[in-house]
Amino acid sequence: MSEVELSGRYEPPMANGEVLFEAPWQGRVFAMAVTLAEQGCMAWSDFQGMLIEVVGAWDTDHPHSDEEYPYYELFAESLSRILVQKGLLDSEEIHKADGLMAARPHGHDH
Amino acid sequence: MSHESARIRAEALESLLVEKGLIESEFVDDVIARYNDRVGPLNGARVVARAWRDSAFKQRLLNDGTDAIAEYDFEGGEVQKLVVVENTDAVHNVVVCTLCSCYPWAVLGLPPKWYKDPAYRSRVVREPRSVLKEFGTELEADMEVRVWDSSAEVRYMVLPSEPVAWRELPEKTVVERITRDSMIGVERLG
Repeated sequence: MSEVELSGRYEPPMANGEVLFEAPWQGRVFAMAVTLAEQGCMAWSDFQGMLIEVVGAWDTDHPHSDEEYPYYELFAESLSRILVQKGLLDSEEIHKADGLMAARPHGHDH
Repeated sequence: MSHESARIRAEALESLLVEKGLIESEFVDDVIARYNDRVGPLNGARVVARAWRDSAFKQRLLNDGTDAIAEYDFEGGEVQKLVVVENTDAVHNVVVCTLCSCYPWAVLGLPPKWYKDPAYRSRVVREPRSVLKEFGTELEADMEVRVWDSSAEVRYMVLPSEPVAWRELPEKTVVERITRDSMIGVERLG
């Protein structure tokens, strides 16, 4: 929460005084999944199934963990996997785009 | 995937999806705004307050939640079957999603962070009374506790009990006092 810039277009949504997204990318990755489902690019239930699988694997790898639950990290992972599985993106181009985004000069990120 | 690599991944996915014409960034903005401004626990509070005042509506809500809220035209990315469970003097209901974070978005907006934590997801099933106590809700020993596990197909919402002192209040005032946590079942009103 402390690193989040609470201003402008990227202000995280709040409900009953609670931050729903702790960083702008979390809101965007969430909204991308909803958008794809609403536009019929993927069934929400397919995404849901992938999320359950990915969350389940995390739970198995972290028994009795005190580590903070990285919900949106797993969400991003699930979205990537379902897009590859549906043939909408291929994993090679995702990794290439990761590299391009990571290489951008500091300050360009939202 | 770390926080930083997930942030990069989110940007990578958005740029690829936009490039391929699968999504438009403006649409993503609209979705965020929708969840930010228009969907939230207020929808659920309106439904609950009405159920307290209108017994025929309450009956419809308990019989078939999906059908009863259809007339409101609530927005929600994925509106699944909604089942509403009623708290009474003898029964207290609480909702969880043990598998991930299924939640009745159309009526309650996005889930709070704790709802998605493994601790809540596993513990509320095993020891609901202790978990509720940590939320400040101490149940009488003879109160039956029912834990409802949400899924991709079925979402649960709790119809909390109305505090006696609220019964003379206008519906509008009551709506403002109904909390999200009371509709998840971790809090009692009044």
